[in-house]
Amino acid sequence: MADTPEAHITVRNLDMAYGTFVIQHDLNFTIRHGDIFIIMGGSGCGKSTLLKHLVGLMAPARGEVLFGKQDLWKAAPDEQERLMRRFGILYQSGALWSSMTLAENVALPLGEFTDLGRAEIEEVASLKLALVGLAGFEDFYPSEISGGMRKRAGLARAMALDPEILFFDEPSAGLDPISSRMLDDLILELRDSLGATIAVVTHELASIFAIGNNSVFLDADTKTMIAQGDPKQLRDHCPDPKVRNFLSRGALGEEAAGAKA
Amino acid sequence: MAQLTAPAATSVTPVPREPKLDFGQRDGGVLLLGLAGDWKLRAGLPTPKDVAKRLEGAGSARRVAFDATQLGAWDSGLLAFLVGVQDLCKTRNIPIDPAGLPEGARRLLKLATAVPERAGARRTAERPDFLTLVGNESLALWRSGGQMLEFLGEALGSFGRMLVGRARFRRSDLMDIIFECGAAALPIVTLISFLVGLILAFVGAVQLQQFGAQIYVANLVGIAMAREMGALMTAIIMSGRTGAAFAAQLGTMQVNEEIDALTTFGLSSMEFLVLPRMLALILMMPLLCVYADLMGILGGAIVGVGMMGLSVPEYVHQTVNGVGLADFAVGIAKSSVFGVLVAVAGCLRGIQCGRSASAVGLAATSAVVTGIVFIIVTDGIFAVLTNVLGI
Repeated sequence: MADTPEAHITVRNLDMAYGTFVIQHDLNFTIRHGDIFIIMGGSGCGKSTLLKHLVGLMAPARGEVLFGKQDLWKAAPDEQERLMRRFGILYQSGALWSSMTLAENVALPLGEFTDLGRAEIEEVASLKLALVGLAGFEDFYPSEISGGMRKRAGLARAMALDPEILFFDEPSAGLDPISSRMLDDLILELRDSLGATIAVVTHELASIFAIGNNSVFLDADTKTMIAQGDPKQLRDHCPDPKVRNFLSRGALGEEAAGAKA
Repeated sequence: MAQLTAPAATSVTPVPREPKLDFGQRDGGVLLLGLAGDWKLRAGLPTPKDVAKRLEGAGSARRVAFDATQLGAWDSGLLAFLVGVQDLCKTRNIPIDPAGLPEGARRLLKLATAVPERAGARRTAERPDFLTLVGNESLALWRSGGQMLEFLGEALGSFGRMLVGRARFRRSDLMDIIFECGAAALPIVTLISFLVGLILAFVGAVQLQQFGAQIYVANLVGIAMAREMGALMTAIIMSGRTGAAFAAQLGTMQVNEEIDALTTFGLSSMEFLVLPRMLALILMMPLLCVYADLMGILGGAIVGVGMMGLSVPEYVHQTVNGVGLADFAVGIAKSSVFGVLVAVAGCLRGIQCGRSASAVGLAATSAVVTGIVFIIVTDGIFAVLTNVLGI
């Protein structure tokens, strides 16, 4: 499993902890090129923390996170920065810089990391905003638009540098079903058109089945991963009833979930 | 409408009855809890403790049952009591028979106990003893001192990178911040330093008039403003105005994950957020300080001319002769340093901010406190230094 040639992100023996409080231990999984990889699990099991480890915001307590062959946490600071620039992140609340307009938000990374001129940057920023359906909102501030729009603007910013890996932290949280469906379609579209690898933290079942082709399931009780693979397969064939129960929205009932505990 | 319905409503509402709990005994060691009256959430409801006392007294109760035939209205008050009784019976291994309870209460009771408490989730309120507290606090103080130095070092590092033109920040941000902590601060600086000059003149005038030396009010106000008060008052105003604003801005950005977003783009928050703020204050503080000096001297002049019968040329002449360039230079140098301190205190507390609304408030408060402490301590060091150097 570990070193297949198309492995894009490899996580090996990862332990995550806040101080001495261990969140998850012994995580091992591989995200392949072109995957839409779902990180799932109940509330409070450490999904978002895992994402922070993958994108370089939190250092692992033990183990390694490899991009291709390169360890994110052992790389020199310059190298680490270059690695981190290869991915885009959509934060849960959008995390747009609130003192800048949408166009400026998208333009900032372009201005800092490319040698484009001002006019070209504006053009690219408008294009990215148009891709997420926000054409014409260039001069709005994040506080002036709705939560769903903020998320889409966050996505436009995440795509600014044409990243090869996109991370999504709970993309459908707080969105109505239609917007959330549209975001799913957008994610699929991005994978197919840009060839990007995508990692999504979510517990929205509809999204999980609609977009995911690979996944890892984190469990809060045992504090480690208890399943990985295609979510549809896991729903029907996972040996662990806890996972099947989660993926069928608790339809198996309490007995199934309790059988393991 | 309201007039029509209001009397009707009161006439339907039954008079609330006192909640009552009485104990009965049934065959086979069954303790029967009779619930009567209205069990609404308020003080004075019977508590599970009453039941515990009874259970201890009876000793032989093998089962607990309920009689709710006399029960009136009820809400969570009853439910809390029932959960308490249930816990009580569980620890004593006495089975409980909820059959006598109202249907709704039975269901809620089941719901409240459906998910067992997660082991280890409850925070045990362990009270550390006095020595542990002192130790923890001292360690925290030591650590925060270290963090402060680390932050200062990083800030100076980014300053160095800016000097060689390698720092990344937006020029437009810098201009905005310069306006915000320069021109926008003028009204409050005007008011405060004008009044400080006025007050100094009043205090001096009373004393100096006794010797007929009121002309020296000009020297007193001029030197005090130029060397000390101008820089000090501006710094304290800016700490309360701008330092707190910096902390709140950066703190909110921390809460919104905006700083994470910068970091993951490979943009250093130190260069992008702290540097322009520091730079703006370093540039603006000396200007504000000079302005405050002049305002203070103007305040002094108004007392001197208006109340002590000095003429305007006299006062100006005395000030020009009495206050040297060195006095102004000391004040201006100080204000530049204060600018760095205010910016560092504000940005440090903002970056350290936790991820909640109350943490932002704390960050702003602590930015002002830290800023003022820094300013006063540094001012003391300056006083000693200038004295030793004879400036």
